[in-house]
Amino acid sequence: MKAHLSRRYLFSASHRLHSEAMSPQENQATYGKCNNPYGHGHNYIVELTVSGQVDEKTGMVCNLADFDSFIEREVLARFDHENLNTLREFAQEVPTTENLCIQIYEIVHRGFPHAHLERVRLEETLMNSFEYTG
Amino acid sequence: MVYLTRKAEFSASHYYHNPDFTPEENLRVFGKCNNPNGHGHNYTLEVTVKGEVDPRSGFVVDLKQLKEVMHRDVLEAMDHRFLNKEVPEFIHRIPTTENIAIAIWQRLVSKLETAKLHRIRVYETPDLFVDFYGEP
Repeated sequence: MKAHLSRRYLFSASHRLHSEAMSPQENQATYGKCNNPYGHGHNYIVELTVSGQVDEKTGMVCNLADFDSFIEREVLARFDHENLNTLREFAQEVPTTENLCIQIYEIVHRGFPHAHLERVRLEETLMNSFEYTG
Repeated sequence: MVYLTRKAEFSASHYYHNPDFTPEENLRVFGKCNNPNGHGHNYTLEVTVKGEVDPRSGFVVDLKQLKEVMHRDVLEAMDHRFLNKEVPEFIHRIPTTENIAIAIWQRLVSKLETAKLHRIRVYETPDLFVDFYGEP
């Protein structure tokens, strides 16, 4: 039978929202406080949902220890306690939470073959969250 | 169509073990969860039903009946139990969160009188949960 498994992880990172394609005034008008040149940070919560048949032998959609270690290595180690603007993932794009959500989706979709990735949900604050389903 | 979700909590112990695996394989696959003495969780259950709003009552479902069924068929059986030893579904099936969600679906699906069961969500911890929609 098919089930959906969701797992939540916390990481903290800083960013500055600034587009090279815009004038200083336009950046300020678009991003407001988020355009502060020194950056600012968030405690992000990423909620990943995968689906698949429940394995008769293990009772699981996928081995949770394998999933945790993949996310630790490929997502948390990459983004936790980093300044997102300095990472190569954001060399060409603004590190909005929309773009970060898509980046995380691509990493998991490409790199974790043991279950089907349904959704990435990224909470930037208690008030803002973003979802990407591919 | 309107969806209604009712929550409940239960606390239970379990462990993960497949008798067809070697002891080494069980430990490798299940890690700490393989401790045969068991360990426990405070589970949160969310039962979501769906249906049309009855024009006379304004209800999708008789919530009192839903609560009674959840209490009798799920909580009485699983709350403060050792799932592997006391719940029939888990004598021969590993009580993972996935299998708990499936077992709860199977216990409830035929018991609802008006609305249809839409989703069973079981939180093992606030950071780990499973959704089951009755899909084969």
